[in-house]
Amino acid sequence: MTSIKQLPYEEYFLAGNGSCPGCGLTIGLRNVLKALGKEVYMVVPASCSSVVQSPFPNSSAMVPLLNTPFAAAAAAASGMVRALRLKGKDSVVMVWAGDGGTFDIGFATLSGAAERNEDILYICYDNEAYMNTGGHRSGATPFGTYTGTTPTGKKENKKNVPFIMAAHGIQYVATASIAFITDLYDKILKAKDMKGFRYIQIFSPCTPGWLLPTEKSVESAKLAVQTGIYPLFEIENGVFKISPPSKPYLKKEKRKSLTDYFKIQGRFKNLKEEDIRLIEKWVDEISEEYSSMDGKKVI
Amino acid sequence: MKVLIPKSKPSKGAVGKTGLWRTSKPVVHHDKCIKCVICWAFCPETTIIRFSDNSVDIDYEYCKGCGVCANECPVKAIEMVDD
Amino acid sequence: MIKEGDMVSIIEKKEGISNVKVVTANEAVALAVKCSRVDVVGAYPITPQTSIMEYLAKYVETENLPIEIVRVESEHSAMAVAMGAAAVGARAFTATSSQGLLYMAEMVYWVGGSRLPVVLAIASRAMGAPWIIGNEHTDVLLPREWGWMVLFPEDNQEVFDTIIQAYKLADSTLIPVVVGLDGFLLSHTTMPISIPEQSLIDSFIPKNTPKPYALDTANPFTHGNAVHSNVYLEFRYDIFRTIQEAEDLVDEIDREWEKITGRSYGGVIQEYLLDDADVAIIVMGASSGDAKQAAKNVREKYGIRAGVIRLRSIRPFPFKRLTKLANNLKAIGVVDRNISPGVAGMIATEVKFALYDLEKRPIVQSYIGGLGGKDIKVSDFENIFVELSQMVEGKVTPERAKWIGLDLSLVEQYFEEV
Repeated sequence: MTSIKQLPYEEYFLAGNGSCPGCGLTIGLRNVLKALGKEVYMVVPASCSSVVQSPFPNSSAMVPLLNTPFAAAAAAASGMVRALRLKGKDSVVMVWAGDGGTFDIGFATLSGAAERNEDILYICYDNEAYMNTGGHRSGATPFGTYTGTTPTGKKENKKNVPFIMAAHGIQYVATASIAFITDLYDKILKAKDMKGFRYIQIFSPCTPGWLLPTEKSVESAKLAVQTGIYPLFEIENGVFKISPPSKPYLKKEKRKSLTDYFKIQGRFKNLKEEDIRLIEKWVDEISEEYSSMDGKKVI
Repeated sequence: MKVLIPKSKPSKGAVGKTGLWRTSKPVVHHDKCIKCVICWAFCPETTIIRFSDNSVDIDYEYCKGCGVCANECPVKAIEMVDD
Repeated sequence: MIKEGDMVSIIEKKEGISNVKVVTANEAVALAVKCSRVDVVGAYPITPQTSIMEYLAKYVETENLPIEIVRVESEHSAMAVAMGAAAVGARAFTATSSQGLLYMAEMVYWVGGSRLPVVLAIASRAMGAPWIIGNEHTDVLLPREWGWMVLFPEDNQEVFDTIIQAYKLADSTLIPVVVGLDGFLLSHTTMPISIPEQSLIDSFIPKNTPKPYALDTANPFTHGNAVHSNVYLEFRYDIFRTIQEAEDLVDEIDREWEKITGRSYGGVIQEYLLDDADVAIIVMGASSGDAKQAAKNVREKYGIRAGVIRLRSIRPFPFKRLTKLANNLKAIGVVDRNISPGVAGMIATEVKFALYDLEKRPIVQSYIGGLGGKDIKVSDFENIFVELSQMVEGKVTPERAKWIGLDLSLVEQYFEEV
């Protein structure tokens, strides 16, 4: 396992970019690119990253980057990787998409590319809502969350996309977090050398969208793992494995209080006591389920 | 026929001197720093400069002053001060 | 009645070319894509385009060709595949029709803005609601506003040739090109086509040219990122300028093609009996043959000096050639197998715009017909020529739009008043 000090010095995403202060996705992107190096082509659908990469005639990305409409990323990456392989180029083609572009509008395209097992590393940075539009509910938004389109709190649960992706029969699915940067780094390194479709979902707090103080982005992401609400795991060739950062928190007594996680974020302001109890029950169930699945072939 | 294509090239400060966005700035107390480079790894803006001996400094030209570095520093060696 | 085999032998004798195939226009498209050495194809089925993809899949799988066919889950993705491939310098192709084009629309506009040399074949078809698969040209004409060139051949040989010309045009301008072909009338109708030597095609559209627009890890840049409002106008200006300037280029490419194949289609416009004409019909695609026949007929029957302007390039719009021709005409009927609801035929509005500044303007009458696959007969074209002559004599008043084959009794019979 890589240590923080072993992370490479090289940077592939430049300072002075369009991200908001405390942005979670740039923490993820910086370190993902460190793992991939410069032989990577990025494909980015409409998302916060359209803004974060900075406007014409400049770019903050030091790797080739193709912007696409919202629903098109996995298909554009398919065309790109096929063309590169025809030319004998072995570079990584990485989709870098938000949760709206992954869970919702881009889902058919994502599913198609996964079903074809295209040689793509698909990364969803999950900030749990349409943040580039100013914060609107997506299929990734958790129950009870305030957004511009769910002013009294979302009524539905988050879609379990990692498992849906695993059900496509792809060889590698993982969840990761910007708070556990070496775990993320190692997952990217592992996926980098695989062929075929790989899906990694990175928990990436959004400071303005979550009504979160800018310095708290990493802290809130850490709490999401420590409370068990966002478990980190891998599903490799159908075998489920809980990741080291999440392992201790499968045990209820080790888990931190959800209230600590909720109270630092304004997006959970509508949660009532009974809502929190409901979410706690869900976390308990999921943790138990994941404990029983750990190390087993699940799909 | 004259064919022109627009290209966006990599450049630091692509949206300008983002240090100007800052309302408070991180100050590294080098005497307290344990050279763990956690601040560097978590900096959203690539504005913590990591030296070969793992000491760090801040690129104030572009640091947006989010405070993640100060919040994550395990020994409180980074302090946010009004800018 | 000439059988397929007879046609082949007639053409072989006439042209002395052995590589003649009797194919539908869809197969002609697929053959042209193969001969253009396309690298990546985004494939999704829709009537009447589907067999283009079937043929390509068959060639690739049975002939072991280095073409990547990505069998995607939607038309939107089919164009996205083409874009992703073109963005790294590959030659890319896809095809669609009707609803498929509408679903693909966002990507079509994006590729236009991206300045990537993709070629899109559209086997024309009317759009719903209601469901309909019959031919009309409204779909093919939509991308004329989307930063694409739009070419429209008349028969299967020209379809084959135009796909190859389209790659030349796209590579020379970095403006993507639509090649429209009449759904069913051509897409499902067999005709003999002659296929040039591969080496001639390779030299006409070389592949190993520098591609400064292509993304490459050796020289990274970003494609399609946000622009501020102060420069978006300039992006659009340059697309406008390039398409405008390409009017001569379409003519040049056609002449160059003639040098190597002996076949020419007149570039942006194919002219028929226009030298002494007083009245002319502007028409696109497969109906042009009937229009030409009608011009000949009314010359013989009524002594009307009639001619046909076959519009082969809609973008670039042939302003130069058209205004020159119009100077000598007294009336033009624009037969649009398409519709701009409440206005007129789409080409008629553009023709009127193109001719407004002429000192001596001909009468321009819009005729809408053939929608959803309704027939436009030779006699319809004859009637139009007669009517145009009457307009010249002042016996008939032009209207904003006239209809061909409109049966109002059907409206009365089936439509309920609410």
